[in-house]
Amino acid sequence: MKARVIITLKSGVLDPQGQAIEGALKGLGFGGVEGARQGKVIDLTLAETDADAARATIAAMCDKLLANTVIENYTIDILG
Amino acid sequence: MRSAVVVFPGSNRERDAIRALTSITGEAPAVVWHQDSTLPDVDLIVLPGGFSYGDYLRCGAIAARSPAMQDVARKAAAGVRVLGVCNGFQILTEAGLLPGVLMRNAHLRFICKEVKLKVANPDTDFTRAYGTEQIIRCPVAHHDGNFFADAETLARIEGEGRVAFRYAEGTNPNGSINDIAGVLNDRGNVLGMMPHPENLIEALHGGLDGRGVFESVVKSLAA
Repeated sequence: MKARVIITLKSGVLDPQGQAIEGALKGLGFGGVEGARQGKVIDLTLAETDADAARATIAAMCDKLLANTVIENYTIDILG
Repeated sequence: MRSAVVVFPGSNRERDAIRALTSITGEAPAVVWHQDSTLPDVDLIVLPGGFSYGDYLRCGAIAARSPAMQDVARKAAAGVRVLGVCNGFQILTEAGLLPGVLMRNAHLRFICKEVKLKVANPDTDFTRAYGTEQIIRCPVAHHDGNFFADAETLARIEGEGRVAFRYAEGTNPNGSINDIAGVLNDRGNVLGMMPHPENLIEALHGGLDGRGVFESVVKSLAA
């Protein structure tokens, strides 16, 4: 089973890398950019075949390692 | 005083830590590889600076889950003093032994320079050799030293006097909230700090201001 974990900074947490991206986009002439936030994508391949079980396992992985929940949120997409 | 230095793949300040500990305690520290699941019985464990695991995933995240860190957590819970410098500080926050997190510097640049630190609490096992509000010199060298904690955690840290060092007024080099440069756990036996006291301990370094961190631990053990 394949799954995708998307990790994003919580709202309110300063994201200087996102700000730098926003500045660079404006520098290239892209008008109307009102914000940019940078995150991470982690694609997992699991032996598990049950989607609910996989989701529970991945949530534990996120809490223990993949995300730092002090500053980050995560979402889990089961890709099948 | 017996001490140990934990070395991770990508650590690069372990020799500085070993030299400082040997100079100040009079005894060479045990050097422990991150795969070792048991550390020797010591009074102080130092997690040195560097780029453990290439800063993959997040700074300190992988190192924090290593076998050696499991034993560091057990020993910290038993009251052993633990000092994490720079990457060592990042590892301690990732391991949950210290509150908060160290984010990318606010201006996004790697900084390598000397800063001034204010001793925010001189009544700790790591600062008692210094005076109240004493200003000391200390080098910094990092890309991810921007300390952050949520409002509730920050209020608790501040209320309990757990900020050991702050960047002196107007010199915050990385955007850390409340100018925090070094923070303690609730029990006061674990300190993480971004600046490198081990790099200002002998005349050839140009100053001795960093010795007090290690001398404080020696004093605390004698007390």
